[in-house]
Amino acid sequence: MAKKTFMVEVNRKTCKACGICIAFCPVSVFTTDHDDKAVVDKPERCTGCRQCELLCPDYCIRVEENSNG
Amino acid sequence: MGAIHEKYLRMDKLPHIWCPGCGNGIIMSSFIRAIEKLGYEKDEVAAVSGIGCSGRITGYMDFNTLHTTHGRALVFATGIKMANPGLKVFVFMGDGDAAAIGGNHLIHSCRRNIDITAIIFNNHIYGMTGGQFSPTTFRNKYATTAPYGTTDPDFDLVNLCIGAGASYVARSTSYHAKMLTDLFVAGALHKGFAVIEVITHCPVNFGRRNEFDTPADMLRWQKDHAVRTAKADMVPMEEMEGKFVIGELIKKEKPEYVEEYDRLIETVRKGDAHRE
Ligand SMILES: Cc1ncc(C[n+]2csc(CCOP(=O)(O)OP(=O)(O)O)c2C)c(N)n1
Ligand code: SF4
Ligand code: SF4
Repeated sequence: MAKKTFMVEVNRKTCKACGICIAFCPVSVFTTDHDDKAVVDKPERCTGCRQCELLCPDYCIRVEENSNG
Repeated sequence: MGAIHEKYLRMDKLPHIWCPGCGNGIIMSSFIRAIEKLGYEKDEVAAVSGIGCSGRITGYMDFNTLHTTHGRALVFATGIKMANPGLKVFVFMGDGDAAAIGGNHLIHSCRRNIDITAIIFNNHIYGMTGGQFSPTTFRNKYATTAPYGTTDPDFDLVNLCIGAGASYVARSTSYHAKMLTDLFVAGALHKGFAVIEVITHCPVNFGRRNEFDTPADMLRWQKDHAVRTAKADMVPMEEMEGKFVIGELIKKEKPEYVEEYDRLIETVRKGDAHRE
């Protein structure tokens, strides 16, 4: 079976640059931009744990499994 | 933003006013996940809050909502439950709200055992009014009203509620967001007064004054200081110093207030009641 891959999306408009997703992503998918907002940097690392989605206080993140895996 | 947020939140009221990284947003997410799990219709749910940053939660959720006065949310909720016992009533309070100005209502609601689920956002500070210490601020912590550190010992809210007779008491943290959802579900299904204390974080008015540089540092503190009930018995006493237990702490059956009241009315109507 092919390894599962995921699409990670951050809504830049609603992100308040709190840094929680960056601190708690176990595989460092995110980085920051010039405003300290979260940016998806290495989506190929995502394991689909959804910790970022769960802990983002402003509901800016969406993680979805890619169908073509 | 997931489908669940779109289903249960008032999208036109977002983004919420809570500061970057505030725990309140995480708790709201955990709560709507619980409602989804419970399968309640939105119209079956009544959400009642007091005043404080935490109290703003009722403005964002698309249920029957009531934003009341500081410390009095439980009183309004009691009225709602008595008038319409079919509603699933949830109360949201801050630590100041629940344990200072509303402390009396909290202990008496525990004693009465009315079928309401009370959720306390314990961020150990008065957030909305700018960081005054509350009854749950730990000793020697800083607040605007304690520039040299507090001298007052803090309330242990779960023991307070257990002592006051609550039939369901649980605690978790904003870091343990999945467990929170499970406890909200269990609290809602429990027949009687259920209290769920959420140890949460106010990065602005507590964190900055107390050497937490970032919201993530505060979540890490929760992770490092919370001990699950299953483990707590095995941890030596001295290692529990400064830590707290999370999970279900008490769950017992007791007569429920609305049912008892209805029973009394029924007896009086039948003429069977003994009058002094
Ligand atoms: C009767 C009354 N007294 C005082 C206030 C001022 N006041 C507003 S919020 C608040 C405390 C907020 O702290 P907490 O209840 O812990 O909630 P948080 O903001 O931290 O969520 C106070 C004292 C008020 N609104 N009404
Ligand atoms: S957790 Fe949410 S608000 Fe905070 S930095 Fe990440 S995307 Fe932005
Ligand atoms: S003051 Fe504190 S509790 Fe209030 S919204 Fe800001 S971080 Fe949250």
